[in-house]
Amino acid sequence: MATQAYSLDLEEELLSAEEVPRWSDRRAELTLGARVVAVVGLLVAMVVFVFIRGWPSFQHNGLSWFTAGGSVDNQLQTIFMSGETPGAEPVYTLHAWPLIWSTFLITGGAVAIAFTCSLFVSVFIVEFAPEWMRNILQPVVRLLASVPSVVYGLIGVLVLVPFVNNHLITESSRASVDHIISLTGYGLGTAVVILTVMIAPLMISIFCDGLNAVRKSWLEGSLAAGVNRWRTFWKIAVRTARPALVAGTVIATARAIGEAIMLAMVSGGVGFTPNPFDGAIFFVEPSRPIAPTIVANIDGLASAPSKSTLFAFASLLLFSAAMLSFAGWIARQSMKKYTAHV
Amino acid sequence: MSTPVKYDAVESSAAWRFSDRIGLAFCWFLGLLFCAIAAAIVIYMLVKGIQYVRPELLTTSPTTGFTQAKTGGFLDPLIGTFIVAAIGIAIALPLGIAIAVWLSEFGRPFALARVVESTVEMIAGTPSIVLALFGTVIFSSTALAFLSRESGGVVFGRSFFAAGAMLSLVALPLVVSATREGLQAIPAHVREASYAVGKTKIATTRRILLPAARPSVATGAMLGLGRIIGDTAIIVVLLGALQNFEPTGSVFPFDYLQGAGSTLTNYVYSNAPTGELNNPQKAYAAAFVLLVLVLFLNAAVDVVHRRSRKAGSWNS
Repeated sequence: MATQAYSLDLEEELLSAEEVPRWSDRRAELTLGARVVAVVGLLVAMVVFVFIRGWPSFQHNGLSWFTAGGSVDNQLQTIFMSGETPGAEPVYTLHAWPLIWSTFLITGGAVAIAFTCSLFVSVFIVEFAPEWMRNILQPVVRLLASVPSVVYGLIGVLVLVPFVNNHLITESSRASVDHIISLTGYGLGTAVVILTVMIAPLMISIFCDGLNAVRKSWLEGSLAAGVNRWRTFWKIAVRTARPALVAGTVIATARAIGEAIMLAMVSGGVGFTPNPFDGAIFFVEPSRPIAPTIVANIDGLASAPSKSTLFAFASLLLFSAAMLSFAGWIARQSMKKYTAHV
Repeated sequence: MSTPVKYDAVESSAAWRFSDRIGLAFCWFLGLLFCAIAAAIVIYMLVKGIQYVRPELLTTSPTTGFTQAKTGGFLDPLIGTFIVAAIGIAIALPLGIAIAVWLSEFGRPFALARVVESTVEMIAGTPSIVLALFGTVIFSSTALAFLSRESGGVVFGRSFFAAGAMLSLVALPLVVSATREGLQAIPAHVREASYAVGKTKIATTRRILLPAARPSVATGAMLGLGRIIGDTAIIVVLLGALQNFEPTGSVFPFDYLQGAGSTLTNYVYSNAPTGELNNPQKAYAAAFVLLVLVLFLNAAVDVVHRRSRKAGSWNS
């Protein structure tokens, strides 16, 4: 059908061949090129503006910006108030380590779990699932990928958080940390679980594309040598698809770092540093990563030092996203030598 | 996805080593788990939706009230969602197609093409909260005061224009990659045939390549729409955390576009127990409507895919 449409179009073109083209190629290329350059310029402007606006915060704190020290929420409050009070000297002092640590923990946890699950699921979808199962799983993955983050957040707040609060936190553990933080179910574990469900579909779809692109003859060679299907697929297809695995992980990690709304809803509204040595309590301790901190303090845009702090957070997010894609690119370059071009 | 290898006789896993069989069992477990999670989300939202969605919710505006029965419906956020979706896709679609055509058909100089590729990749990887903050920088500038409200020299910077424009950047990478894929799937001989009858490159693109790539463009547009509808961070920052429309100015359609407002995502966010309003029933109802919209878009993508596959690819 598409071919037919094309040939009809071609006839029409032939009939009107004498018409002078309204658009010369040169003009078209320049017009399109201008839009393309505009988009590149927009990205550059974004990077520059976000960094410039965030610079005062980095400048006043130096490297101690990244260290621990005091309550981050109190510092943010002081910064905000100093900009609101007329005549007051702006305060920039901030030690953002709790937020950075929390971003590490939540993103790292979710990406680690999601990577394992996604790898198995995509191997299953591409190779081992029976036809009917594949026909169910593919739409399921697409569906999970398209559920808006605020819906995930809502389900987290109204279902998972009460469940954790009522069933997984014992009264004694609640009492043991009562003087520092209150354990209410909003916290690390809940956030990691929901984030995993959110980013796994992204990984699965990219992993599946990579695994599907592996040459069948390579697999057949291994099968002919008597290696069973399971081993063959893991040793040959998964290894060959490594660049796709890296690409998928990078995209999913970028999404996880930037996820703001869902985490603002379920991660607990405190800039707290969860300590892995706390034992089981660790998983229910509240902690708020960088992106949700921006959302939670968005009213701070009205106050100059607070605004600069928010842009500093944003530039840290931008920087991590850029570094991630760069690291992914390096990893894929070094793999190219040993794997098929996928 | 291409069709998997077809084995005439599928090897039985009974002969495998124990560890391999455990692995396969783990695959089944995870596959079923994902199905269960998706089913749980859909069924749970469906139950809550049937419980709380009333037709009058869709036709009344939100009001402030102390009980959940008195806070009105979500007509304004629903219309707001459609407005930002329209603005966002109206910017993202032409721009995305232009970038994809340039990348796939022109792409000179080579260095610029690589830069553009990484730019699109970077935009896709930029968190939407960062885009939102950048939006406040752009739209608070006095040069763009006409796109939002201005009082006493201070530009408010929050309007449907601002939110829609930044949301278009969320949809842009999806439109670009889908369109580009569609264009690259067209074999070179089609282009050559068109050049051979004396058509220019741009005429070929407009009359032959883009019509042929229409299913891909439509897929990209709908995926982009889904992302726009589901985005909350940009709405919260650039549309103001309001519930109702707050028109600015006097010319009819523009006063709404220039003013602040809300969308369904914003409404769900502020009505969740963690938000400022805390009306969980309304949040459930709005989230249900939002989910229905997104699933509808998903189904539309599937239909387009199936149709284009039925129509046959260039190689068959």
